[in-house]
Amino acid sequence: MSELEQKLKMATSLAGKGKVSRRDFIQLAMLAGFTAAAGNAMFVKAVRAEPKKGGSARFGLAHGATTDTLDPVGYPDTFTQCAFWGALSNSLTEVDAKGNVVPDLAESYEPSDGAKKWAFKLRKGATFHDGKTVTPDDVVASFRHHMGPDSKSAAKSLLDPIADIKADGPETVIFTLKDGSADFPYLASDYHIPIMPVKDGKSDWQSGVRSGPFVLEKFEPGVSARFKRNPNYFKSNQPYLDEVEFIAITDVAARTNALTTGDVDFIGRADLKTLELLKRNPNVEILELSGYGHYVLPMNTTMAPFDNNDVRLAMKWAIDREEIQKKIFLDHATVGNDNPIAKAVKYAIDPEPKYKYDPDKAKFHLKKAGYETLKVDLSVADAAFAGAVDAGVLIKETAAKCGIDINVVREAEDAYWDNVWLKKAWCAGYWSGRPTCDWAFSIAYAKDAAWNETFWKNPRFNELLVQARAELDDAKRGSMYGEMQQLVHDDGGTILLVFNNFVTANSKKLAHGEVAPNWENDGLKIAERWWLA
Amino acid sequence: MHPLLRTVLQRLGLGLITLFVVSLIIFSAIEFLPGDFARAILGQSATPETVEAFQKEIGLDKPPHERYLNWIGGVLQGDFGSSFSSRVGFRRSVMEIIAPRLLNTLFLAGITALVAIPLALGLGLLAALYRNSIFDRAVNAVTLTTISFPEFFVAYILMLFLAVKFPIFHSLSNVSADMPFFEKLQRTALPVLTLTLVIVAHMMRMTRAAIISLLASPYIEMARLKGVSPGQIILRHALPNAWAPIANVIAFNLAYLVVGAVVVEVVFVYPGIGQAMVDAVRSRDIPVVQACALIFAVTYILLNLLADVISIATNPRLLHPR
Repeated sequence: MSELEQKLKMATSLAGKGKVSRRDFIQLAMLAGFTAAAGNAMFVKAVRAEPKKGGSARFGLAHGATTDTLDPVGYPDTFTQCAFWGALSNSLTEVDAKGNVVPDLAESYEPSDGAKKWAFKLRKGATFHDGKTVTPDDVVASFRHHMGPDSKSAAKSLLDPIADIKADGPETVIFTLKDGSADFPYLASDYHIPIMPVKDGKSDWQSGVRSGPFVLEKFEPGVSARFKRNPNYFKSNQPYLDEVEFIAITDVAARTNALTTGDVDFIGRADLKTLELLKRNPNVEILELSGYGHYVLPMNTTMAPFDNNDVRLAMKWAIDREEIQKKIFLDHATVGNDNPIAKAVKYAIDPEPKYKYDPDKAKFHLKKAGYETLKVDLSVADAAFAGAVDAGVLIKETAAKCGIDINVVREAEDAYWDNVWLKKAWCAGYWSGRPTCDWAFSIAYAKDAAWNETFWKNPRFNELLVQARAELDDAKRGSMYGEMQQLVHDDGGTILLVFNNFVTANSKKLAHGEVAPNWENDGLKIAERWWLA
Repeated sequence: MHPLLRTVLQRLGLGLITLFVVSLIIFSAIEFLPGDFARAILGQSATPETVEAFQKEIGLDKPPHERYLNWIGGVLQGDFGSSFSSRVGFRRSVMEIIAPRLLNTLFLAGITALVAIPLALGLGLLAALYRNSIFDRAVNAVTLTTISFPEFFVAYILMLFLAVKFPIFHSLSNVSADMPFFEKLQRTALPVLTLTLVIVAHMMRMTRAAIISLLASPYIEMARLKGVSPGQIILRHALPNAWAPIANVIAFNLAYLVVGAVVVEVVFVYPGIGQAMVDAVRSRDIPVVQACALIFAVTYILLNLLADVISIATNPRLLHPR
């Protein structure tokens, strides 16, 4: 590297901190052989790239209801998740932009006894907003908040593997699991499990006193939640913003208008139909990330005709996923290959053969199963995912050419999850996805999982699931999870149409680093991670 | 007893009976909603045990008539029950959820009424006075046009011009209780304007029609022959006799402002009671839905009562019926 280049690199980092003027920077860039325009562009990029403190931002989110509360047993959607977890609280761990689990409120964690025992050491000096130090007792109560026979928590089944939690000394918590699980730190990053102060032996969630980057100022359910920076936050560099406000704007047109008129600086779930128009706005940046969430058509592998794997394979080859991706999701989705593990997840593979629309293969498998033609019902409703009914109609068209006559049954949206899902032989559904193979498989593909929507019971798969969970050797684990993904792909009852993309839009006043795809809105931590350009 | 007082008491009694019937209808209509409330609230991710625990907690395991009596008994004592979003040891009363929303709605309705009613009456009187003139036709054409478009269309057009192209007002009307009054006014300007455009035509046309039909009566002809000026004829001779139909239309539109503004609320993200009710329906927060429906019923009954009283009080023939 020449001296000039080195100087320029230094100047770039200084520019980010606001220590080099635009004129000086461009002069230096021109000396290094760049044009003035290129130098200017480099300067702007450098200034935007380096986080700066101060300022306020308003986030317009697609959810929010009068029923929202601070209680983490709920947190049904992005409003509560971003505001009361991402901005207000911390879990023991968090998932970074690369999909790795990293310590958050915990400082470190150590497995023992075949990953059956996990010791989490709490961060020194971490305090709640009222100044109280975060202690192991707080952690124990925060987990217990979701456990027990009377719990209504959505995280209850998630925490099922935990046999016992206890405090060990002033800064360590010991989790004892029923079976070994190498992925336990991921589980501890869930947004349902923020650490809350303990009061009279129970978690105090009502007060809104937590440990997070922002202090709650005002919360009107279904309207907005306002926060100001926590001056004693344990991460010295974050958060960057002084004040944030989350505004519930459920109507997508209202959300778009709020962004274009500057009433908010960020909107979640941008309108896909008018996205091209929004892109023309020079002050707006659009972010599109392929996350873990996916839309599926589960076939019940215990019901005829789907109890025959050749029928399942025929269905998998009879669907034109590319067309569905283009026509229904308007190119804002990633085509699925019947593997529920998203590419961004560790150990993900892309199983062969890649399923695509192939009438010959579909007919071949149909014949092998002993059918010349086949008549099946597909139960759909937009409650499963927006566009499910349209997708059903498209599938009917393509499958007809393969000798499969699909009767698309439009079910009532109300009570879809009660009366259709897990009941009908073939229906539509969605998964928000999970950050690890074990988690995703245990919840929906394990033989006794409550939500095993395909009722798939593959002995080899279930054997591997338990083995891989306790395996601490990375390479061995990887090959086990690879085999399991291949099994789901070859033998499972899930047709995975697409992974849905998170599409958000923000004013160019806001800047950010690499955006995490594990959940919407920068892993729900947009308040902590973004800054004003 | 004063005849007016007797009428008011009589109407109030009838109103109470209506309310009772309405409460029965609301309760049974909600019983017929498909799906299980507990399941709908807890979402797809709820396990059967959690659903059962929750059903017990909100009393859904009891028979309907028992739940109705519990509910209506509470309402009679001013207690609308607790929202389904309550938790053990943390009660969220329905009133706590509805009260701020109701105040917002009344604020929006009040400001709109202050703008729209004088405007409609004035335009109606002028249109009657100069009927069949260019002015009359123009006012008719404009108000009929604005009432003919759906509310959301008017709202988006106004937003396009007054918030996007010329940023005078805000496209978001998310007012809150601690906002200064003038900021609140500025924030609500676009919804007020939209609602005004939507309701003015009805009241204005009724005023115009009522006055015009009176202008053909003999006593007006007498006044005209006496040499009274046209303005005086309308204000002193025609208008007092036209109050009954006008009051009825105003009451109808006021009630609409309270119960029917939900589309405008959604478009401008105004935290009113209509949105609260839609929200509650979506999340199956039944106690809130029931309370909203009852409040809407009360609004209609009271405003109609008021309109009746005004029409009776301004008409001696109705005041002293034989």
